[in-house]
Amino acid sequence: MTDQLTHQPAVDATDERLVRVVSPGDYLRQLGGRLRGGDLGMLPVILGLVAICAFFYSQEPTFLSSRSLVTMTLYAAPLGVIALGIVLVLLLGEIDLSVGTVSGFTSATTAVMFVSHGQSLTLSILVAIALGALIGGGYAVLFVWVGVPSFVFTLAGLLAFEGALYWVLGDQGTINLPRDSGLPEFTRQKFLSDGQGYALVAVVVAVYVGSRLWTIRQRRAAGLTPPNLLGVVIKGTALAVGLGWLTYYLGIDRGWGYLPVLFAGLVVLMDLLLRRTRWGRYVYAVGGNEEAARRAGIRVGLVYGSVFVLCSTFAALGGVLVAGQLTTVSQSSGTTDTNLTAIAAAVIGGTSLFGGRGSAYSALLGILVLQAIRTGLNLMNVDSDVRLIVTGAVLLLAVAIDSVARRARSSSGRG
Amino acid sequence: MSVIENEVTARDTGEVVLSLAGINKRFGAVQALTDVELTVRAGEVVALVGDNGAGKSTLVKTIAGVHQPDAGVIEFAGAPVTVAGPAGAQHLGIATVFQDLALCDNLDVVANLFLGKEHHVGPVINEVTMEREAWRLLRSLSAKIPSVRIPVAGLSGGQRQTVAIARSLVGNPRLVMLDEPTAALGVAQTAEVLNLVERLREQGLAVILISHNMADVQAVSDRIVVLRLGRNAAEFRTEEATTDQLVAAITGASDNVVAQRAARRAVPPEVPQ
Repeated sequence: MTDQLTHQPAVDATDERLVRVVSPGDYLRQLGGRLRGGDLGMLPVILGLVAICAFFYSQEPTFLSSRSLVTMTLYAAPLGVIALGIVLVLLLGEIDLSVGTVSGFTSATTAVMFVSHGQSLTLSILVAIALGALIGGGYAVLFVWVGVPSFVFTLAGLLAFEGALYWVLGDQGTINLPRDSGLPEFTRQKFLSDGQGYALVAVVVAVYVGSRLWTIRQRRAAGLTPPNLLGVVIKGTALAVGLGWLTYYLGIDRGWGYLPVLFAGLVVLMDLLLRRTRWGRYVYAVGGNEEAARRAGIRVGLVYGSVFVLCSTFAALGGVLVAGQLTTVSQSSGTTDTNLTAIAAAVIGGTSLFGGRGSAYSALLGILVLQAIRTGLNLMNVDSDVRLIVTGAVLLLAVAIDSVARRARSSSGRG
Repeated sequence: MSVIENEVTARDTGEVVLSLAGINKRFGAVQALTDVELTVRAGEVVALVGDNGAGKSTLVKTIAGVHQPDAGVIEFAGAPVTVAGPAGAQHLGIATVFQDLALCDNLDVVANLFLGKEHHVGPVINEVTMEREAWRLLRSLSAKIPSVRIPVAGLSGGQRQTVAIARSLVGNPRLVMLDEPTAALGVAQTAEVLNLVERLREQGLAVILISHNMADVQAVSDRIVVLRLGRNAAEFRTEEATTDQLVAAITGASDNVVAQRAARRAVPPEVPQ
């Protein structure tokens, strides 16, 4: 039996019309075909990030200094957490315009409980996150049972929770968090030691390579084409060298902060949930064709509900982290450009506005692009008016690329 | 009608999978189905034909559990059943491929085949067993799908139909209903889908095929049931039916044998203007 299997082609490689991918040249040709067909994935945003970094580096070499990069990771992370929730909502083809004010309102709740009422920090944070989940639950009820479009109830939320922010803050207007309390310490002063950093990189690489080897074994045992071993080795090496070098370079200054590690961990977790679990499969299915998902027996309402709850929960968590980082909560918390930054990050990172297409990593890449622009323009002493214009232009470019790619997909048959 | 039905019964030996008797369905002022009868055996392809508004879709939706009949008996595998909702129909072993196929374009073939029925270990999807099962299913249909890991949007119309039909087989059904499977297909793709229908019959499944295309119906079915204005208008063994007879039965032209038979059965004939 095993003899037969080794002599027969794998069951998924017997159709004579299949395009074989054997040599590296085949791989490159296939990649080229995918790009022409509009299956861009994360390539535009990675190219964009490289171009942005090259530009600012040429203008101001300190842009790529270790200190500057560490600061960027610290500032990008809290908004990235909020953008992660937006990615989920966009995957369903819906939108949440209220993440900014929800983050402001919930972080204000934390600050008032902790500073003004002397509650424990843990309890204050848990209440804020629970409030976020509750808000998401309300959205879910409005969407699933009442049938209000998400654009409308999150627009209402945008206004209502700004009001709630003012109400919670009362006459104070601004609440400062003590710098030596746990939250600002966690977001500003906690860093992995060099040893911890390298250990973490080793674990990540080991888990990646291990899971790929496991996949190869499983598929070979099932008589299917296994992934190319050489490819796994190359990718594993690239991951080890890349992350290892980054850890070394950031380590010249303060190293990996707890905050960006937490964010990266959340991104990886959401990516695994989206790609490997039934829940994630259903999110993509509902985003792709809601009626088909319903007829397949998927409880569509539960999928929508879970995503709205997660989005608002991520918004609350992100808001608390922003508060810790700024060590202050004020009437402007989450109200200025938090919303649009989070939504722009998700879209710039490559998550389609049309639903069903995107990945958790787009939150990471998108927020890095926006943070690089912000830091770079700050270093060049450019005012925020220019920054807003540039950010708007980048967002427009990202959506335009998405739209063009979508047309290319429908004409080349990649959906 | 009874004469022909007796002949068919005498010839066919397959076990009766589905049998409907006296099905009535009313939507407001419209009597969509009146005393409809239908019998389908294992290993038999029954074509359901009729003009627009004849009640084909209503009948299929009744069998699929989308509508509940107002009166009548549905027997499945010899026992009377109530089909409570599409999930109930799937549970009984009735699979339906609707005309719009209900595929998720952004998901690959494997994900579409097993949507809602994923193999899983704990919360994690088991892609390997699903992919192997997908190839087994497609092979059993002799289906031509170049890869099961490309999004369904990248497939041709016939291949999409193939995926939809293969998906209906995932739950091991006993009856498969195909709603206009060849409506939007070219010549070669139509032939491919008709091959699939024959393969379903070879596997001993009962098949109900709804189609407007008389050539397809005559090419692949064993029996043809004609509905007109929500009633059984005629029933033919496919090799004995001419296209003229079918068209006459569908349109209800008065000067043909079908209308005369209908008159003998004391159903008031519909006189065309």
